[in-house]
Amino acid sequence: MKAFTKITTKVMPLDRANVDTDAIIPKQFLKSIRRAGFGPYLFDEWRYQDMGEPEMDCTNRPLKTEFVLNNADYQGAEILLTRENFGCGSSREHAPWALEDYGFRAIIAPSFADIFYNNCFKNGILPIVLSAEQVDSLFKQVTAGYQLSIDLEQQSITPEKGEVLNFTIDETRKYRLYNGLDDIALTLLQSDAIKAYEVERQERAPWLFA
Amino acid sequence: MSAKTLYDKLWDDHVVLTEDDGTSLIYIDRQLIHEVTSPQAFEGLRLANRKPWRIDCNLAVADHNVPTTERSVGITDPVAKLQVETLDKNCAEFGITEFDMGDIRQGIVHVMGPEQGATLPGMTVVCGDSHTSTHGASGALAFGIGTSEVEHALATQCLTQKKSKNFLIKVNGSVGKGVTAKDIVLAIIGEIGTAGGTGYAIEFAGEAIAALSMEGRMTVCNMAIEAGARTGLIAVDDTTLDYYRGRPYAPKGDHWLIAERAWQKLHSDDEAVFDKTLELDASTIKPQVTWGTSPEMVVSIDDTVPNPLDEFDAVKQQSMQNALKYMGLTAEQPISSIQIDKVFIGSCTNSRIEDLRAAAAIVEGKQRAENVSLAMVVAGSGLVKQQAESEGLDKIFIAAGFEWREPGCSMCLAMNADKLEAGERCASTSNRNFEGRQGYGGRTHLVSPEMAAAAGIVGHFVDVREWN
Repeated sequence: MKAFTKITTKVMPLDRANVDTDAIIPKQFLKSIRRAGFGPYLFDEWRYQDMGEPEMDCTNRPLKTEFVLNNADYQGAEILLTRENFGCGSSREHAPWALEDYGFRAIIAPSFADIFYNNCFKNGILPIVLSAEQVDSLFKQVTAGYQLSIDLEQQSITPEKGEVLNFTIDETRKYRLYNGLDDIALTLLQSDAIKAYEVERQERAPWLFA
Repeated sequence: MSAKTLYDKLWDDHVVLTEDDGTSLIYIDRQLIHEVTSPQAFEGLRLANRKPWRIDCNLAVADHNVPTTERSVGITDPVAKLQVETLDKNCAEFGITEFDMGDIRQGIVHVMGPEQGATLPGMTVVCGDSHTSTHGASGALAFGIGTSEVEHALATQCLTQKKSKNFLIKVNGSVGKGVTAKDIVLAIIGEIGTAGGTGYAIEFAGEAIAALSMEGRMTVCNMAIEAGARTGLIAVDDTTLDYYRGRPYAPKGDHWLIAERAWQKLHSDDEAVFDKTLELDASTIKPQVTWGTSPEMVVSIDDTVPNPLDEFDAVKQQSMQNALKYMGLTAEQPISSIQIDKVFIGSCTNSRIEDLRAAAAIVEGKQRAENVSLAMVVAGSGLVKQQAESEGLDKIFIAAGFEWREPGCSMCLAMNADKLEAGERCASTSNRNFEGRQGYGGRTHLVSPEMAAAAGIVGHFVDVREWN
């Protein structure tokens, strides 16, 4: 997994609440058996005038120009700023895959859906929860070329002007994301504990080991 | 020992170890696998040269992509076909049991699991699908995961998790005639919102929940995720035990007796403390219909479409305006005036035998409305379909002009050929009314099987409490 340490980049303001994973990546793209290549179809129904299909070449598709991803001012942004309950709905990891493939490394919102939040950490994306007021204030500040710096070690967001904002994150998640560690390899280091649990559990619940 | 909630008991029972910050390694008893969220997980295992920790804990079935029309021709969409074949290949390679498309047990993963007794009380159950919360109806700790965690559970039989908080939702009293488990859960979502359960495990309790059959309980827990909770739970009682006794994967003989004793403890202690509690009066719940593009945008059948101007929160007001525009509705229009184009009866929420019986009872001896171009009934599994046919339900539906299809997820998420065309409006028994969910530009109204069936006969939404 890609490590996350510090980034300084433009911000994409997606001013919508309850953005669901069907909107982030529509179902037809879930037929792929690959993990990469979802970026061109990120927010497909909001981004293009036509209906997207898997493997489609997106270079000449007609754009919905009013959608923020198509706004030249925010091109190259690696931070997505959005509203509450981002990533609700389906557990599809294709959503963080699409966001990561498009180029987003961090998402700032007042809240995230649980499964999506968890999935971000498996893909080198840092989801940051700020208060609704702080998010609102950032939305007011974001204009063309506006940049933020995010430092995971310091758990801080630094705007070009104004106050530094701090965020909270679980130590375990922070450590793994900061170092880009493989979760499975870490868990396999605990193999003896897992085996011991199985022995003890088999005594209590033998029907699960029949 | 201090009093525990049901969730606390299930959690404590599965902790392998806990880190200083409270992050725990949790043991997984059952993983259900389907074709959409597993190919990259199996590929990950291969790339790292890893094997599944325990093959017997996994059970696979293809459901999202499978056609609901004649199966003998196979899957015509080459991309979908490759995905289903990839599941077959992966299961064969790693030795995992799979119910393939020709197997009578094939069906929606969340219908098949309980039906086989493959998901049981007291288990931890995971699947790369958010509606895994369904299995909590049996007093299991069940939650949806992403593909990285599918791979993690395959490789280690464990997941790294933070414990959720406890949320008790008590539905007191009893519901009136024509009001179903679906209406109860939609009313709850309308009350707490789609993020109301975020960070929580919701336990559903109270007389109205206890009075539900196992299938009704599954409908309620299925939609816990639509209230933001990964996990929905209901305590074990005689209804639970009666349902699981004799199921193919349920314990037998002495093991059943030991299991039964253990499962009877799967309820919250009287003194248990919840982080949040909500009480509802079941008698006030009416048949529900969603009007917008989020399950929380829901009202009763005798209501009107809400007016965004009555909403003071600017973000919510904008969401409501977007929803009205997408749905092609006008503020303050009566719900009963909404004409529909299609009916979908199916999905992991409402495709079990009781759902089909209830819908059949509504349409029996009647005819699909002229303005309804398609009404389809998609059983949740081959066994549900077989049972329905043995009761003659298929004939009732067909005589009423409804199509009788093969099992699968179908038009709940429209990954296969079953979908809405742009602008089409559907009365659907599924779980999500998001933009484009049932097809590009399609408009979804979530309702109970009875309400969907009745709308298919009349051509617009009607109050099933007054159905004759």
